Amino acid sequence: MSARRGFGFARLLIAAGWVTVAAVSSAATAPKVHTVVIADMAFGPAPADVHVGDTVRYVNKDMFRHTATARDGSFDLDMQPKTSAETVVKKAGTINVYCRFHPGMKQALTVK
Amino acid sequence: MFNRLGLAAALAIAVPAVVSARAQKPTDPQIAHIAYTAGAIDVAAGEQALNKSQNPDVRAFAEEMVRDHKAVNDQALALVKKLGVTPQDNPTSQALTRQAEAKRAELARLSGPAFDKAYVANEVAYHKTVNGALAGTLIPDASNAELKSLLQTGLKLFQEHEMHAEHLSGELK
Ligand SMILES: [Cu+2]
Repeated sequence: MSARRGFGFARLLIAAGWVTVAAVSSAATAPKVHTVVIADMAFGPAPADVHVGDTVRYVNKDMFRHTATARDGSFDLDMQPKTSAETVVKKAGTINVYCRFHPGMKQALTVK
Repeated sequence: MFNRLGLAAALAIAVPAVVSARAQKPTDPQIAHIAYTAGAIDVAAGEQALNKSQNPDVRAFAEEMVRDHKAVNDQALALVKKLGVTPQDNPTSQALTRQAEAKRAELARLSGPAFDKAYVANEVAYHKTVNGALAGTLIPDASNAELKSLLQTGLKLFQEHEMHAEHLSGELK
């Protein structure tokens, strides 16, 4: 019953010429992958426009092992030199990220 | 306390050996030698701690020192090779090495929490002194841009380690 109704609704959208709008809005909410580069003992700029459900990938281009560790305990990525690791952010807010080995390395990651 | 002052005093003698030679400021091969020696000393100190300490925080710190200073020294070796430079021994490197040997012998006689405290206290003092030498002498005097840049990375690393050592030292009290 509801499947038929859904199908009917989609047909209605197509008929109304709104299908393009629907496609755009679904692309805007599709999860994205954001990259943060770690080099020279520092996190690169925090990505803008990170939403809940997106992936944040840390790429350690440094010669040192680093971690990207969330102060709130939501993730703890440990990266050997020249490796990367990623996490899916699950809730909105600002996450303070630091390196457990080099705690002066910090980043504020804002999730919308 | 006495030991920390003793080290600071000895390094205060070692580092000005370069500064006082400012009329003929240290050459890149000498600077490379000093920086490499400073890193190798900290690797050796970390290995000593890994042989002696049972404290998990101290061991994790020592592992980090060994890992990071090896990495930067490997990079330094690759750079001098690429530049065709042979690191040159000098009075500052020799004084650093002598001082490190004395400290090593002193730490060898300690064990347990006494060793942990003395090791970490020395790491604080040592990183502080090397930071001073890097920022005040070695980086400004380095001519080659790649060497200068590697020394700057080394300085950031030593500063991080100093903070880590200070934090650890506070926890051991
Ligand atoms: Cu780090």
